[in-house]
Amino acid sequence: MNPIFNQGTSPAHRLILVLCCSVVLIFFDHKMSSFETVRGYLQTMVSPLQYFANAPKQIMNWASTNVVTRRQLMKENQDFRESELFFQEQAIQLSVVRSENERLRSLLSSPVRNEIKKMFAEILSVDSDPYSHQVVINRGANDGVYEGQPVLDEKGIVGQILHAGSSSSRVILISDISHAIPVRIQRNGLRLIASGSGQIDRLIHNFVPHSADVKEGDLLVTSGLGSKYPEGYPVARVVMVRTDESREFATIYSEPVAQIDRLRYLLLLSKEQPQNESKKQAINNTHSKKMTTTAGKS
Amino acid sequence: MFSNNGFIILLTLLIALIASITPMPMGFDAFRPDWVLIALVYWCLALPSKVNIITAWVMGFILDVLLGSVLGVHACAMALSVYIIVDNFQKIRNFSIWQQALIIGVLSAQYHLVVFWLQRFLNDVVFLPNYLYPVITTIVLWPWVFLLLRRVRRHFRIK
Repeated sequence: MNPIFNQGTSPAHRLILVLCCSVVLIFFDHKMSSFETVRGYLQTMVSPLQYFANAPKQIMNWASTNVVTRRQLMKENQDFRESELFFQEQAIQLSVVRSENERLRSLLSSPVRNEIKKMFAEILSVDSDPYSHQVVINRGANDGVYEGQPVLDEKGIVGQILHAGSSSSRVILISDISHAIPVRIQRNGLRLIASGSGQIDRLIHNFVPHSADVKEGDLLVTSGLGSKYPEGYPVARVVMVRTDESREFATIYSEPVAQIDRLRYLLLLSKEQPQNESKKQAINNTHSKKMTTTAGKS
Repeated sequence: MFSNNGFIILLTLLIALIASITPMPMGFDAFRPDWVLIALVYWCLALPSKVNIITAWVMGFILDVLLGSVLGVHACAMALSVYIIVDNFQKIRNFSIWQQALIIGVLSAQYHLVVFWLQRFLNDVVFLPNYLYPVITTIVLWPWVFLLLRRVRRHFRIK
């Protein structure tokens, strides 16, 4: 039976207890970076709910891919074949250029760029907080995802991994208000920082002097500083430069190159190298060790 | 909580959690009603001995993890909104369904404002009027959810 008078602790006491818990949680989660592992575990625990919430959309997608006409498929195939030929041609060119570049780099005795391991991921379409720009993807720590891993789509940088659960993880987008990424202008190598503005189509560049050579339409690529993002991936295109001399710095806005509002498939870049590459390096290392031991003996 | 078919309560709350993260078409996304808040308010009015502020806080916490906000933000807001219901459940029970809907609207607005204030305090977010659109849908939805959950409660004889 429902008691008319509440038993146990009064609601006010419970409220105070709960509010204290919230304050402690907010403090730890916001200020302590060590809390990230806990968030990883929590992400793991709720991932069934996320997969469940994603199921209707998955079914719709499955249905729409199954219900296509033969003509559509044939046309698609034709398109793919054409683009494959096109890309193959580019790949041939690229391999020649790459080997040449490596040779030149070794001549200049600057470090040779390593191959980067890549991983494919798909977005789980679940809703996130309207106050932050995040998406959830269907890869987690079991697949080798780690925190801070760069994420991109076919056009450019999208963001980085925020929390890695075991089978799903959360990506923070470059347009999020708490995110910033070091970039340089491809045209002249001028270095800037692109901070998110909370708007999906705008990045802000703070503290740029009026004399800086920035033009509308300039492509910004990652500069590789900060060692989170590898160098040379496109990030954004400058859309507005306003040099109002009454202000201390120039006002510069840019628009992300990646289609952040239309994401579906993503690519994750890893710091570790692919298998064959690391083997090659290991062999090199043993060679150099031998060399040094022989040198030591002599 | 689990005696007398109490797990049904948990099931409805779970469905509310899933409903609050399922993808919606772009235009309707801003109008997503506060499913979890509505479900919690109903169970607090109907069975205050089973569902209380602690339950609300835990639900808010799970919502925080699901939505990726700073832990404790939604939990805090949810607990504050449900506290008002728990403190006045005997009065609010006797109101007509539309009066209840208005009260839920106020609670929902309070919930969103608390979340906004905390986020503003932590991250300097900017206020947009569409953060309050869910209040409208929540008011419209309340009578239907109320009738549905009452039927559920009577059918499973949850006490």
